[in-house]
Amino acid sequence: MNLVLVGVNHKTAPVELREKLCGLFPDPQTAYQRLKAAPELSEVLYYNTCNRVEVLAVAPDPEAGIRRLTEFLASHPEVDPPELEKALYVHQGEAAVRHLFRVAASLDAMVVGEPQILGQVKAAYRQATEQNATGPILNRLLHKTFSVAKKVRTETGIGDHAVSISYAAVSLGKKIFGELGGKTALLIGAGEMAELALEHLRRQGVDRIIIANRTLERAARLAERFRGRAVPLEGLEEELLACDILISSTGAEGYVLRREQVAAAMRRRRQRPLFLIDIAVPRDLDPRINELEYVYLYNIDDLKEVVESNVQRRQQAASQAEGLVAAETLKFLDWLKTLGVFPTIIALQEKARAICRQELKKTLGHLGPLTPEQVEALEVLTRSVAAKLLHDPIMFLKRNHHSRHAAAEITLVRRLFNLDPDENHLRKPALAESD
Amino acid sequence: MAALLISLILLAYFGGTAAYLAYVFVQREGFARVGAGCLAAGWLVHTGELMRRFVSLGQLPMSTPGEALFFFSWTLTAVFLLLTWRFPIRILGVLVAPLSALMAAALWLLPSRPGGVSPLLAGFWLHLHVLLSLAGTAALTLAGLGGLLYLLQERQLKQKKFGFFYRRLPSLTQLDRLNHWCLTLGFPLLTLGIITGSLYAQMALGRFFNWDPKEILTLIAWLIYTVLLHERLTVGWRGRRAAWLALGGLSIMVLAFAGASLWFTGYHSFGSFRMP
Repeated sequence: MNLVLVGVNHKTAPVELREKLCGLFPDPQTAYQRLKAAPELSEVLYYNTCNRVEVLAVAPDPEAGIRRLTEFLASHPEVDPPELEKALYVHQGEAAVRHLFRVAASLDAMVVGEPQILGQVKAAYRQATEQNATGPILNRLLHKTFSVAKKVRTETGIGDHAVSISYAAVSLGKKIFGELGGKTALLIGAGEMAELALEHLRRQGVDRIIIANRTLERAARLAERFRGRAVPLEGLEEELLACDILISSTGAEGYVLRREQVAAAMRRRRQRPLFLIDIAVPRDLDPRINELEYVYLYNIDDLKEVVESNVQRRQQAASQAEGLVAAETLKFLDWLKTLGVFPTIIALQEKARAICRQELKKTLGHLGPLTPEQVEALEVLTRSVAAKLLHDPIMFLKRNHHSRHAAAEITLVRRLFNLDPDENHLRKPALAESD
Repeated sequence: MAALLISLILLAYFGGTAAYLAYVFVQREGFARVGAGCLAAGWLVHTGELMRRFVSLGQLPMSTPGEALFFFSWTLTAVFLLLTWRFPIRILGVLVAPLSALMAAALWLLPSRPGGVSPLLAGFWLHLHVLLSLAGTAALTLAGLGGLLYLLQERQLKQKKFGFFYRRLPSLTQLDRLNHWCLTLGFPLLTLGIITGSLYAQMALGRFFNWDPKEILTLIAWLIYTVLLHERLTVGWRGRRAAWLALGGLSIMVLAFAGASLWFTGYHSFGSFRMP
């Protein structure tokens, strides 16, 4: 059993190629049908995150598995095979496990520590299980992956440092308000930046959204999308009373809000804290607003500074996380090795059961009529003799999975108990001769 | 026996301090849980030791500054444990655990007073007065410490300089809620403590208020807390002002205790117990 992983990411492939590969199979069903049909692959998982397209598979013969996976990726009519060849990376065994752990823990991402990737891998895994494409090895591997990613997150704090402007704003908001659920956000200006920020806030549970814009029409459109309320710019002062978070991003020349306006609103708000974010250039909000008590004003440069210092912290956390991933990779490989003995154990038990059945049938044939109790006693007898006999060889197998001769020992047990009769048939003539 | 129990208490409290320090630096929940566990274990032993002393003395062990601090350490730990259970503001432990540890250690560090005890220090009402006042003071101490954390965090948010504590401190809202909770718990207790104290003074001395320095200072602190609670409930004061007032109240309470033990003389002072 071997794990193989084939894929392209933002470091190896240009965005055009990644786009094509992402759109390779719009629905998971077709993709998995193709992959499952391949005899070289026993389990498979296909995922694309923001910046990567990868296929992970369990293949009895890794070389053949890799060939099949490469063909799968190259099957897009617009993909140029030599170009794909150049961009493709291939990992096997330990490297494949480590790679998956690093992807899920967001160590391999464009923005290290970005939290979305884990969710995308989880969603992809759900799809794969729905299509019955995974088996015992990938199931175990993916569950391990999720716990490693979680461990990395909690133990290194890699995601604690906001590295995008809107994320930085959200994390500041959390330090002021605690949870953002139940808070009200007021947006001034309905541009692209506003939209991005809204998506972020929505995800954090901000439930009331007010959008103020010069042209009410645009505000109304955005309000509809985010189930908010559109108001004209003139009514701003009234809206200040209701909101907790204000994001301003208009193209206006002068200040949209002055210190006096906010000061008046604060009195009427009974000093409930107000978090103001000014992402407009030139600035919309009078910088003197920050002098007011319970008002926290951040402009685009303040947020950028937060982001830059966090990028450095993240790098430190990342090196700590690499150590964690390495340790977990070894642990998983240990488990994978133990997997090798299970088919042999099962085969041993199967064989014993078959012999018991057969011999019982023979014996019951000549014993004549027996009571059901007697039949059962005989059955128990044969079963326990077989179980006692097999106990030691099974323990021998289980105990020896770490030894360096694991493979040789398995072969020995299989030969000793004649578990692969086909192979032994081939040897029989030779044995007969030596008799 | 006493020495062993006190060693155990100190071990648990200093162990809790170490665990909370580790929590602050490493930021793993586990350490905070160990810290709270240490404090809880120490507190149980502490309870046992106090009861032992109570039984053998026939009164609360409150007659020297060391004993008083030892007792106060017990109430502070109790209120803190109650608080961590209600509000998970774990970082407060890094202030409370060493404070409890040092105050418990005061039993050994400060000189103990040999000899008899003032007859004024016995009786149900007096015990009630001491217990209520100390429990109230413990809750208000936590409000003050929480205020300190609030001011630290608020400063970072306002000045946009994010230091070591920014990530480690909870949100302003949580810290403010802590202030509110401690105030609503501590204020009534302190008030009842003052009332029972003055009732006892009336019974024992014939006067409700004796212009004792500790009484005056406590009354000032009580007025500060009254203003704070009133403004919180009516005008909606919060945050910085609440934090400053809680800190102000706390420093006057500290002065009242230190003054009563060191500088002033009055019938609240340790060791003198003169009839006024």
